[in-house]
Amino acid sequence: MLKIFKADLHIHTCLSPCTELDMSPKRILTSALDKGLDILGICDHNSTANSSAVMTAAKTLDIHVIPGMEVASEEEVHVLALFDDIKNALKLQEYVHKNLPGENDPEAFGMQVFVNEKEEVLGFEDKLLIGATTVPLEEIIRQIHNWDGLAIASHIDREAYSILGQLGFIPDGIGLDALEISPRVSFEEAFQRYKTPYPICTSSDAHYPDDIGKSFTSFLLEEGTVAEMKKAFRNEEGRKVLNKD
Amino acid sequence: MNLNTIIKKLQLNVLSGQENLSIDVSSGYTSDLLSDVIANSKEKNLWITLQIHQNIIAVAKLKDLAGIIIVNNREPNEDTIEKAKEEKVPLLCTSLMAFEVSGKLYTLMNE
Ligand SMILES: [Zn+2]
Ligand SMILES: [Zn+2]
Repeated sequence: MLKIFKADLHIHTCLSPCTELDMSPKRILTSALDKGLDILGICDHNSTANSSAVMTAAKTLDIHVIPGMEVASEEEVHVLALFDDIKNALKLQEYVHKNLPGENDPEAFGMQVFVNEKEEVLGFEDKLLIGATTVPLEEIIRQIHNWDGLAIASHIDREAYSILGQLGFIPDGIGLDALEISPRVSFEEAFQRYKTPYPICTSSDAHYPDDIGKSFTSFLLEEGTVAEMKKAFRNEEGRKVLNKD
Repeated sequence: MNLNTIIKKLQLNVLSGQENLSIDVSSGYTSDLLSDVIANSKEKNLWITLQIHQNIIAVAKLKDLAGIIIVNNREPNEDTIEKAKEEKVPLLCTSLMAFEVSGKLYTLMNE
């Protein structure tokens, strides 16, 4: 049976250098449940390492946690990658890390903290997660699809690190599954402004617990999975995105 | 100033648009944000960038730019070069970084 799922697909954890330690699995889940969300996408910059901790912490809860990451392409375009199987998310991460130069300087960019579901610090990531890969956007999207993931262009209404800001317009045949708008723009404004054939979704891009669910996308789905959302973006088998504010 | 003169003085490597090198360059524009180039560059500007995505050719065409200088020895991929050839957009390469090539172009055009 189809039902409505409220999804916030773009949430950072304490692994992203630009967040504080309070973006821990427990805090994220408490805040998400408070906001009545059904699906959460964990998308740290160029890493999926904290996804499993949030997934484990959510095991007994009525919420679907989706492992993902926010990859930066060579052109400095941010794109969300979301997977049903964490193994595939880790495969993409391996590829991304092979093509991600630089080392983090915690003083300059902030700490990159690995945690487990009990909020225990497991260690620190040394790679410069805030940096960009040396891989063109088209190839990043191809890799995401290769591992059965969803590829969504991040915050297209922002100038910085968005496909429209960096590349001026969306290249033909780029293969994206959807475009994401930030909480600053409503669906109605987005449809008027972009006149795009691509499906549009919205998420919070939360860096602080209170921002989780600031905007979310309502999907009509059978279950809270990437495969189902893929169908919704394509309007298949009754699945759909309920583009309403 | 004539694009050909600039190519010689700055020792740029020509990848495409050989048929359009006698064009008069109005000024330079240095930016890596294509949305900014669409918004703010002027006709016949010579655009200096490190972006190598094929969208740069469409932007140059749209804004009627004189050509594109790719800095830092970055190599545009085949798609980008093909598109530049098709659209006859001069695509020029240099090992200089954006700061240096902008400075040299500025000096040259204001001599
Ligand atoms: Zn981003
Ligand atoms: Zn983000």
